[in-house]
Amino acid sequence: MRILPFVITSAITVGLIVSLNTNLLLPAPLGSLLSPQQGIWQNAEDDNYNFSADLKFPQLKGKVNVYLDDRLVPHVFAEKENDVYFVQGYLHAKFRLWQMELQTLAAAGRASEIIGDKALAHDREFRRLGMVYAAEISEKEIEKDPVIKGECDSYTAGVNAYINNLTESELPIEYKLLGYKPEQWNNLKTALFLKYMSYDLSGHEDDFEMTNAKSFFSPDDFDKLFPLVQDSLDPIIPKGTVFDSAKVKPIAPPNVDSVYFGNKDLADVQEEKPDRDNGSNNWAVSGSKTRSGAPILCNDPHLGLNLPSLWFEMQLSTPTFNAYGATFPGAPGVVIGFNDSAAFGFTNGGRDVRDYYEIKFKDATRKEYWFDSAWKQTDFRVEVIKIKDRPDYLDTVAYTVFGPVMYDKSFTGGRTNGKNYAVRWKAHDPSDDLRAFNMLDHANNYADYNAAVTNLHNPGQNCVFACKSGDIAMRAQGEFPAKWKGQGDFVMPGVDSSYMWQGMIPQDETPFQYNPARGFVSSANQKPTDSTYPYYLGRDYPEYRGLYINRKLTAMNDITVQDMMDLQTSEYDVFAEMAVPVFLKNMQEDMLSEKEEKYYSILKYWNYTDDANSKGATIFNILWKEFTKVVYDDEYADAPKIIMHPFESTLLESVLRDSTYKFLDNINTDRVETLSDDVTDAFEKAVVEIEKTDKAGKLEWAKYKDTHVSHLTKLEAFSSLHLPVGGGTYCVNAIKADHGPSWRMVVSLKPQTEAYGIYPGGQSGNPGSKYYDDYINKWVEGKYNILWMMAKGEEKDQRIKWKMSFSN
Amino acid sequence: MKFLISLILTAALSFAICLYCPWWSIAIVAFLVAALIPQKPFVSFLTGFLALFILWFSLTLYISNSNEHILAHKVSMIILKQDNPFALILMTAGIGSIVAGFAALAGSFARKTK
Repeated sequence: MRILPFVITSAITVGLIVSLNTNLLLPAPLGSLLSPQQGIWQNAEDDNYNFSADLKFPQLKGKVNVYLDDRLVPHVFAEKENDVYFVQGYLHAKFRLWQMELQTLAAAGRASEIIGDKALAHDREFRRLGMVYAAEISEKEIEKDPVIKGECDSYTAGVNAYINNLTESELPIEYKLLGYKPEQWNNLKTALFLKYMSYDLSGHEDDFEMTNAKSFFSPDDFDKLFPLVQDSLDPIIPKGTVFDSAKVKPIAPPNVDSVYFGNKDLADVQEEKPDRDNGSNNWAVSGSKTRSGAPILCNDPHLGLNLPSLWFEMQLSTPTFNAYGATFPGAPGVVIGFNDSAAFGFTNGGRDVRDYYEIKFKDATRKEYWFDSAWKQTDFRVEVIKIKDRPDYLDTVAYTVFGPVMYDKSFTGGRTNGKNYAVRWKAHDPSDDLRAFNMLDHANNYADYNAAVTNLHNPGQNCVFACKSGDIAMRAQGEFPAKWKGQGDFVMPGVDSSYMWQGMIPQDETPFQYNPARGFVSSANQKPTDSTYPYYLGRDYPEYRGLYINRKLTAMNDITVQDMMDLQTSEYDVFAEMAVPVFLKNMQEDMLSEKEEKYYSILKYWNYTDDANSKGATIFNILWKEFTKVVYDDEYADAPKIIMHPFESTLLESVLRDSTYKFLDNINTDRVETLSDDVTDAFEKAVVEIEKTDKAGKLEWAKYKDTHVSHLTKLEAFSSLHLPVGGGTYCVNAIKADHGPSWRMVVSLKPQTEAYGIYPGGQSGNPGSKYYDDYINKWVEGKYNILWMMAKGEEKDQRIKWKMSFSN
Repeated sequence: MKFLISLILTAALSFAICLYCPWWSIAIVAFLVAALIPQKPFVSFLTGFLALFILWFSLTLYISNSNEHILAHKVSMIILKQDNPFALILMTAGIGSIVAGFAALAGSFARKTK
């Protein structure tokens, strides 16, 4: 008699379980997510969590002790060199597994596996850029170098040792929320991670935008809008440095004027691009300029700000080296840091190493393309893109002598002209870049540094160095194509070899500076040299941070660590310092209404400092934006959608040089507008937005800028939002809305190294840990953590909170 | 007495089985306890319901307290769209108790059929 109720209640129970264990009915499997013993509650890390552990892995050759300090920085002491990378891999995975895997999945064009077909366009673009192809080439280079292979193999084994012992409840919370599991790590993933950095730092170009600008504007206007050098340039290697004549002499093709520069084709491709402000500051001052007499080295790489942070701080110590600094979860070694003898850091070189060639296929099969007066076979690479809840997507990519044909009929990139474009990217070339970091971690002197960094081919970096013997140095390092003037600025013809890169600039012609008389070296992504360097360097370089840093360093003496921190966190806006006087001088004040007058006076008395509370900074930024529109919008009204706009520096320096700058005139009116007309017009327009911003209570710079450090999924709950922080694009402290100093470091190379650093994040990648974002407030305040290079014998130091011992 | 024994047994075994098995094995536990210790259907339901409510509520409250509710603040924003750790704890307890309650009810009917 009870069968019916039994069946019904059983069915309800099973129904409840199914709906709570899957996302058939609910948006998420709430039962498994919230179950206290396996779900997200297991990621709620106990306030007094004990990180100590005693672990055994047969892969280890000796003992490894890890001392975790009160900031959760691991100090890893290994008896055998490669063991240190095993434990580094293990710890990266322990604290950052989800992020390291996600970054490599994104790099490999595999995001669709996790988030479905909304990532398909990204995945196809990355596959077609040859990200996996490039990583596979890198992996082969790793295989060829026994030292780096040993390092990577140990690192991979360490990551997998963690993954293989991971229980369901210990899975990082993002896996639980998104519903997937980590896969095994391998050296290809490490290579993919490095290619992701190559993309971020050497993937930027504006070839399609520039091509269209060249086609749309007259040559004369084009030169005015896109000058090769700005007047205020203060290059990394100072003006006046004497360079030998070029050893590699690239020759422009004979038809270059008609077929290339004079070509009026439009190429309307919309690309996914890294942030063009991916840059950095670094400098080193020699002992002659410091109070202690020891060199000081500083570095702050400006990258996208995310949680978990790109960086993970650690000390790696073996009998052969002892290094401390910022590491990349995903790759072995210390990347930016110091060892017992020296310190090192990087800023992005920003050279154009990604060019496009127009390919002529014989027919729709893409099997042959016209090259050097014959039909040449393409190679096909089939990219299998797995998509969550959908069948696989097969993308067949044609490879030419230039590289993969990124855009063609199957992947248009928004293009409507029916053309095919192959990409030639330096990151496709074989290089053993990890060796640079390995050797820097071991470096004792200038010769070691030089030998180390010459291995870094891509992404090109300005490598700063200082060591205890007193040497300081800077090298605009990388392997760069030797280009004829203008080569690769626009899409090039791909029908013969004449437009190909003809060779690489030899390493011994790399611009560098070693112990210069001025007592410091510095770089902030500006053009590495002036025009006397015998190779073409292109035009896309930000000048102003470098200008300010050099001005300050030149004037400074008796420098202390605090002085360097003050410079690194300086919110002085040198761009505004140059631009505001132009506005003030040309404003028709009598035209301003009372309301406009009020905002104008804020600008007038602004001290050019982008501090958090500055209203002047907000007014200036809005005004500058409007001024740009007033000057250029008329000329651009009929332009193609995809087109290059002048850099801000171009407009500023043009009006500084010439108050009758051609573009100031509005071509749609009969009269000739002057600088004064444009400035006043722009201000009147700007006041509309300024007033709106003011009424919303957001006129203070920090509120207007609204800096945030977002979780990689953009989940707001896991992000740090609305940070009360100043700084800006043109300040040394280059904090924008979601981008800025991702790691600040100051190292004083006294006999007992004194080092400071901070990044906007925390050591733990777990949003349920108090170590997830515990550095952010300090970073906002411009404060630093002490970077403690722990020595043997300090195991009992009170800063040590936990000990993990690893043995075989 | 039966009620108390069933309650404690359901809670204790549910805790133990979840150390090794998926969360829904609490339904098996509640079902078996109700089938082996006969009670009126409604009382069985209440036993399963309360056992898991108490177990999951106290477990999550303990975990979240030790975490100073850092995670619960964030996850409640994601799941409940409001910053309310306590509501997330209640929700967790509710999920466990409703599943265990119905499983226990089914268990008690299974007994009666024999």
